[in-house]
Amino acid sequence: MADLTSNFIGIKSPNPFWLASAPPTDKEYNVRRAFEAGWGGVVWKTLGEDGPPVVNVNGPRYGAVWGADRRLLALNNIELITDRPLEVNLREIKSVKRDYPDRAVVVSLMVPCTEDAWKAILPQVEDTGADGVELNFGCPHGMSERGMGAAVGQVPEYIEMVTRWVKQHSRMPCIVKLTPNITDIRAPARAAHAGGADAVSLINTINSITSVDLDLFAPEPTIDGKGAHGGLCGPAVKPIALNMVSEIARSPDMYGLPVSGIGGVTTWKDAAEFMALGAGNVQVCTAAMTYGFKVVQEMISGLAQYLDEKGLALDDLVGRAVPNVSDWQHLNLNYITKAVIDQDACISCGRCYAACEDTSHQAIDMSEDRVFTVKDDECVACNLCVNVCPVEGCITMKRVEPGDTDLRTGKVVSAQSADWTSHPNNPMSVRAAE
Amino acid sequence: MDAKALAPGIQPGRLDKAGIEAGFSDLHPALDDHEALVAADRCYFCHDAPCATACPTDIDIPLFIRQIATGTPDAAARTILSQNILGGMCARVCPTETLCEEVCVRETAEGKPVEIGRLQRYATDTVMAQYVHPFERDALTGKRVAVVGAGPAGLSCAHRLAMMGHDVVIFDERPKPGGLNEYGIAAYKSTEDFAAREVDWLMGIGGIELKSGMALGRDLTLERLTAEYDAVFLGMGLGGVNALGVPGDDRDGVVDAVDFISELRQAPDLTTLPVGRNVVVIGGGMTAVDAAVQCRLLGARDVTIVYRRSQSRMAASRYEQELAQAKGVRIICNASPVAVHGNGTVREIEFAYTGDDLTPTGETFRLPADQVFRAIGQTLAGVGLPDLDGRKIAVDGTGRTSVKGVWAGGDCASGGDDLTVTAVAEGRDAAIDIHTRLMEQANG
Repeated sequence: MADLTSNFIGIKSPNPFWLASAPPTDKEYNVRRAFEAGWGGVVWKTLGEDGPPVVNVNGPRYGAVWGADRRLLALNNIELITDRPLEVNLREIKSVKRDYPDRAVVVSLMVPCTEDAWKAILPQVEDTGADGVELNFGCPHGMSERGMGAAVGQVPEYIEMVTRWVKQHSRMPCIVKLTPNITDIRAPARAAHAGGADAVSLINTINSITSVDLDLFAPEPTIDGKGAHGGLCGPAVKPIALNMVSEIARSPDMYGLPVSGIGGVTTWKDAAEFMALGAGNVQVCTAAMTYGFKVVQEMISGLAQYLDEKGLALDDLVGRAVPNVSDWQHLNLNYITKAVIDQDACISCGRCYAACEDTSHQAIDMSEDRVFTVKDDECVACNLCVNVCPVEGCITMKRVEPGDTDLRTGKVVSAQSADWTSHPNNPMSVRAAE
Repeated sequence: MDAKALAPGIQPGRLDKAGIEAGFSDLHPALDDHEALVAADRCYFCHDAPCATACPTDIDIPLFIRQIATGTPDAAARTILSQNILGGMCARVCPTETLCEEVCVRETAEGKPVEIGRLQRYATDTVMAQYVHPFERDALTGKRVAVVGAGPAGLSCAHRLAMMGHDVVIFDERPKPGGLNEYGIAAYKSTEDFAAREVDWLMGIGGIELKSGMALGRDLTLERLTAEYDAVFLGMGLGGVNALGVPGDDRDGVVDAVDFISELRQAPDLTTLPVGRNVVVIGGGMTAVDAAVQCRLLGARDVTIVYRRSQSRMAASRYEQELAQAKGVRIICNASPVAVHGNGTVREIEFAYTGDDLTPTGETFRLPADQVFRAIGQTLAGVGLPDLDGRKIAVDGTGRTSVKGVWAGGDCASGGDDLTVTAVAEGRDAAIDIHTRLMEQANG
C-alpha cells in the first residue's frame, strides 16, 4: 500500500486528509472521534479574541441543495466562529495535541484588524503546542459585517498587513484561508504570499441563498420570517474550488506557494484531483457532516490504491496536472473528436438525441426502432451527449486520427498542433516573418 | 411434452440439455459495472449500520459499498475479505433477506433494500478475477495447527491462521475440499465450479496443506492430533442424517436429501442424473428447498415439500419458500409422515395432519411418490469427541472445547445457526483465539 504520510509546510500527518475549520472541529470531543476514525489532521474551528463569546442564531443555521434521491449536494450555513470561551478551546487543543502528537492540529483564528489583537492571541495558541495557525479571511456572513473574515479577505492590502503581523509575532507556520467571493483569486493569494504566508488554503464558502420558502416568501434557512445569505460548501462548489486552486498553482509569481485544497472533497477521487491541481493536502467538512467521520476510510483506501496503480508517491501527485492547465487560446484546434455510442451499453432513453437535436448540432440520428447513432458529418464534438447520458461509458469521444478526413469539414486532419494564436481568423495571430 | 417427462419411476434425462442449462443457470447473475454503480448509489452510508450489525462476520458493508461507488472495487473486496475470506461464496448463498438486506433502511423506506449480496459478489468477483491473492502471511511462527474439515469453518480458520504465520494441515473426509460449499448447496447458487475455484484462490495465501480422504475416527484420532500439533480445530460439520422413524422408511427410493444434492453437485452431466416423476421432500429447511427445487429443475413432474409445522416456522427463509413455489414446488405444512407404502420400492407416502404442537388431528392423506427425500436435519457423527452440549460439541464464545488445545466451529459446534457465514465467523474467531493462545505459550 502506498505511503500516505503527508508533510505540508513542515506539518506532518499520517495522511493528507484534514478536517476543515468548521463545526466538526469545534471541540475536543469531536476532534478525538475524528482522530480515532483516521483523519490525518484538523483545523480547529475559528477562535476569536478573548471576551464575551460569540452569539449564534437560535433558529436553523443550515440550508441545503439536494440532488436525486435526496443526495446532499451542498450545504449553506450562517453559523459564526466558535461560540465557546477562548480559554476552553485553548485548553482542549492542548489536551488533544498532547494525546495525538502524530496528527496535525492547526488553529483557525479571526480577531479584529489591529496588531494588538493578533499579538495577544498568537502566544496563547503557540502555548497549546498546535502545529500552526490558519487565518480565517473567508467567512462570508456575520463576522464580515463586523469587519472580519471575508471583509478582510476581499482587501488584499489587509491580507498582507495581517499576515505580516502574524509572521512577525509568531514562529508558527501560517496558512491564509481565502474567500472565493472575489473576482480574481490570485490577488488575495499574492497578498498572502507577499505578507509571508507559508501557505494559502481555499476555498472558504460562497455567498449563497439555497432556496426560498414560497409560503413565507423568505430565504431559507428562515429565522422568524427572515433569512440572510450564508456560505455554500459541499460537492456543488468543487468545480469553483478546483479552478481557483489551479489559478494559484499555475501563476509563475506564486510558484512554490503551498496550497491546502478545500471545497466539496467527498471521495478519494476529489482529493486526488485537488492534489493533481497543486494542493499539498485537502481539507474536508461537508462530507464528514453528511456521512460522519468514518467517510475518511474510503478516502484513505481509494487514494492508496490509486497511487499504487499509478506507481506514484503522494508527492509525485501534487501539481502533476498543473502544466496541463492552459488558456483557451493555446488549445489544439487540430485535435478533432467525434462522439461514439456503444450500442450494447445504450438503453435507448433518447436523452442524447433530445439534447443534440434541440439544443446543439443535430448530429444524432434516431431510427424508428430507437437506435441512436452519431452523424459524423454533423458532430462538432461538443460532449453534451456524453454529459447527459445516464449510462457511464456508453457514449465516448473518439479521436479522428491525423491523416483521416473530418466528415463535417471535409478536410484531412493535420498532425500539426495549431491553436488560436496562429489561426488565420485571429486578427492578432502571430505569424513567422515572411 | 415428450414421454420422458411423464415416465414413472426414477429416470434420467427428463429434460434435454437446453432445459437443464436454463434451469441451473446462476440464480442471481453477476452485476455489470453500470448495475453495480446504480445499486451502490442507493446506499445511505448509515452510521453504525444495521446491515453490518446483522452480518455474522461483521463486514463493514457501508464502507465496501462506498468503495464500489467510488470506483475501487478492489478496496471493497479487501474490506469484505478481511472479515470474511469466503465473502465470494457468502455473496451467493447467504440468506441476505433475513440478514443484512432485511434490516437495510431502504427496506424500511421503500421495501427494496440495497442489493448488498450482489454488490458483495461484484467486489469479490473483481478481485478473484485478477488471480492474485490479496493477503500476505505474517512472519512464520513455527507453530502447526491441525484443522479437521475443509468446509467453510475449517477453511476460514486455516486461512486466518496461515495469515498470522502458522502452518496448517487440513484433513477432510471427502475427495474435494469445500465441504457443503462443494457438496451441499444448490447448484444454481454456485455456478461454474465456483466453490472449487474459491478454495484454490483461498489456498493462495500459502502455508496450508490439504490432506483429503482423512476422516476423524477412521484415519485420525483426536489424541494423535493433539499430540502432533500445537492446536486442533474441529470443523467437520454434521456427518449423520436423522431417520424418519416410520414403517417402510427403508424402502427403495427413500434417500437423504444431502446425498442427492451431493451427487447432483458432482455429476458431470445432469441429463444423466435420475429423478422421480413424483417427488416428496420431508423437512422445512434450506436443504429441503435446495433438493425440491433441483428435482423440479431436473424435470420431476410433481414435487412436494411436506413440513410438520406451520409455514411461518420453516427454517428456510421466506425468499427460499417463494423461490420453491415459483419453481413449481408445492409446500404442504402441518403434516408428519406416518408410513411409507410400496412393494419394495416406495409408491406412496402417508401423512397425518398435525397441529403446531405436532399433535395429530386424526386426518391422514397419501401422496404418490417414487422418490422421497429426508431433509429433517443432520446429526454429529463420531466418537472420542470433546464434551457435547445437546447434540453438538460444546464451545465457549471463542470456540474452545472441553479438551485443552482443541477448538471447534461451524455446524458441528454448539450455538450459531448452521449458516455458511456463521461457520466462517466461528472459524475466523477460533483462529484468532488459537493465535493468542499459541503466542502466549511462545512468550512464556
